[in-house]
Amino acid sequence: MKTSTAARAGQYAALLAYLVFLAFPFLWLVSTAFKPPRELGSLHPTWIPEDPTLANFRQAFDEQPLLRAASNSLLAALGAALIAVVIATPMAYVMARHRSRLTRAATGWVVVSQAFPFVLLIIPLFLVLKNLRLINSVPGLVMVYVVWSLPFALWMLAGYVRAVPVELEEAAAVDGAGRLRTLVSVTAPLLAPGIVATALFAFITAWNEFFFALVLLKTPEKQTLPVVLTHFIGAEGVADLGPLAAAAFLATLPSLVVFAVIQRRITGGMLAGAVKS
Amino acid sequence: MTSVTEAKRPARGAPATGRPRPAAGHGAWFLVLPALIPILVLSVGPLLYGILLAFTDAQSGRTEPTQWIGALNFRDLLHDTLFWESFRIGLVWAVGVTVPQFLLALGLALLLNQNLRLRWLARALAIIPWAMPEVVVGIMWRIVYNPDAGVLNETLRDLGLGDGRDWLSGLATALPAVIVVGVWAGMPQTTVALLAGLQNTPRELHEAAAVDGAGAWRRFRTVTWPAIRPVALAITALNLIWNFNSFALVYVLTNGGPGGRTRLPMLFAYEEAFRYGQFGYAAAMGCVMVAVVSILLAVFLVGRLRGGEDA
Repeated sequence: MKTSTAARAGQYAALLAYLVFLAFPFLWLVSTAFKPPRELGSLHPTWIPEDPTLANFRQAFDEQPLLRAASNSLLAALGAALIAVVIATPMAYVMARHRSRLTRAATGWVVVSQAFPFVLLIIPLFLVLKNLRLINSVPGLVMVYVVWSLPFALWMLAGYVRAVPVELEEAAAVDGAGRLRTLVSVTAPLLAPGIVATALFAFITAWNEFFFALVLLKTPEKQTLPVVLTHFIGAEGVADLGPLAAAAFLATLPSLVVFAVIQRRITGGMLAGAVKS
Repeated sequence: MTSVTEAKRPARGAPATGRPRPAAGHGAWFLVLPALIPILVLSVGPLLYGILLAFTDAQSGRTEPTQWIGALNFRDLLHDTLFWESFRIGLVWAVGVTVPQFLLALGLALLLNQNLRLRWLARALAIIPWAMPEVVVGIMWRIVYNPDAGVLNETLRDLGLGDGRDWLSGLATALPAVIVVGVWAGMPQTTVALLAGLQNTPRELHEAAAVDGAGAWRRFRTVTWPAIRPVALAITALNLIWNFNSFALVYVLTNGGPGGRTRLPMLFAYEEAFRYGQFGYAAAMGCVMVAVVSILLAVFLVGRLRGGEDA
């Protein structure tokens, strides 16, 4: 099938327009992060800083407890990702391998939970966590994040389990391996890449999350990175652009790196989950 | 799809788990419980609790016990013009973001499905909006929209299109400006989903149609669209729901301003609950939002079933 030259040119023009649209805000953020105050105040800002500086980064760390916030974020995201994967994998296995009222209900919950307005969830969660004295604490936030990332984790993991042929498990059973033995020595190794991808995705989701963190974490020393970032914007909505851009840029890097690593698996997992359900 | 051969046999004492192998009857429960308990305690439970709260006068930091007040919250809500204005803005926002998001994503997916150079670059760039924290997306676009140091006004000045304006504080421009950000932020997921659908389209059909002299539009209508229709419906419905419930982007961009022009229902309910402490009233708002979202979901499911019959 041949495409005419004119059509090809049109396609490239369109692709270029997409590239510009997708890239320019991020490039502008990076550019702003390296600009000295004089250039930020100029009425004719340039794409490439004339006089690039790291002063914004230093100022960002001086103004807000960014390291503290980053370690809170890391703790919340790691905790949520690990716990979510550990408890979701066995359930996803059951959901993928057995059809029952329970697994149908679980699948239903996975779908319906996408439609929850968080406000209906957060008020009771806030009251429950308050009674447990888990408000303004990172472990409390981890609990919320675990449950919040479960629907997607179950969905992806169930897809990966379906991709493991049942015949392998049956063969192991015929060879005399017990049920647990089969799961540990046959299924788990084949699932490992999927489990890692799911954990990393849960990590990014928790690292990026804002709404629950905003409501549940009150004092600056407990807050996660996204919440602390909003402190750069003053009450009047006026922000010191340089440090704001620098901090925002740094906060994005972990997500971008992790995401670049797992991008293919994520799309694969979404499809694996979608095809058979 | 569903295997119908599995017999549903109720295990002794336990509800039916429909297991094909009679051995290890309780194994499934053992595997499910670690996830099931948190789901029940921290998701299903709070959701039911939240619905109950909507029928009470619960407030934050109050000493007197909370009382049942029946549907009073909902009656108040009915006359709360600010809420309905916010609700209207939420619908405009959800549709205004979802529709361009879908069209742009479809265009990009069709391009990426062609054998073009630079495809890798587009795929790589598409990661950025997807992976970024929403707060950073909001901050980034605030800098883009900044009246002085922003690239948008600078470009307009360079092109001789006037001095530009303060996009996020203008009464007329604020909502369109945040909608553009919403479209940008959600485009990649939609593109990836549609691209996956496209890659399942049978190539031979496409080529046969081309041989038969079908033009590009006709090929799209008769071959491509039927193949991606289920994916397109699913992702659009999800986008509608996600966008309607969206919070962080607009919180950072405008915090609902100017003059409430971008106050999405989630922002409204958040303020009601955590600034004014009206838990019961905010929960009632959440219920109304769930109801609307459920209707959207039902419409989507019906549409999807019908799509299945066509195919």
